[in-house]
Amino acid sequence: MARPARLLQAGLLIAGLGVLGGCINVAAPDEPIVIELNINIRQEVIYRLAEDAANTIEENADIF
Amino acid sequence: MMKMFRNAILMIAASAAFAVPALADRDPAYAAARASGKVGEKPDGYLGIVGQPTRELQRLVDDINIKRRAVYATKAQQNNATLEQYALTAGCQAILRTVPGEKYQAPDGAWKTRTNEPPQRDPRCPTEGQIATGSAG
Repeated sequence: MARPARLLQAGLLIAGLGVLGGCINVAAPDEPIVIELNINIRQEVIYRLAEDAANTIEENADIF
Repeated sequence: MMKMFRNAILMIAASAAFAVPALADRDPAYAAARASGKVGEKPDGYLGIVGQPTRELQRLVDDINIKRRAVYATKAQQNNATLEQYALTAGCQAILRTVPGEKYQAPDGAWKTRTNEPPQRDPRCPTEGQIATGSAG
């Protein structure tokens, strides 16, 4: 009766090893990750306005 | 009677020709101040005095900046943007359009003389290629 228990133990051990082998180690960066949403939003705005601003400068060449 | 009518048409045509601001050149004093590096383009979309301010330079810069601000305000409203956002975008372009020898202000606040190299601009400024992509899409 001890045999199936042994098998189960061995099986668990192998499964455990398999899980360990599949681990991906993620090293935390030294510097904190800062997501500067404010800057991203504003850059998006600048990109949206870029073409219009270029036209504005050309249409008002006397003051640019 | 016909002559008066013809004159009226000529006058309308002449005023229409003058009403197009696109073809207007820079005021000679402004052009000279730019060329000599006494005034330069700032990242915020306005003109700045590079060296020692004089009354004439201050008046010239104020005059142009007031006009720019009025244009920015109108265009910002049309594009659902704030005055500052539109002015900053125009500043990106105005600095890019400086020609070698003219002055511009780098993001750190230092005045630079434009060379053939690309100017130092705010990192948020789009490059020429990115603007072209944006207008195509």
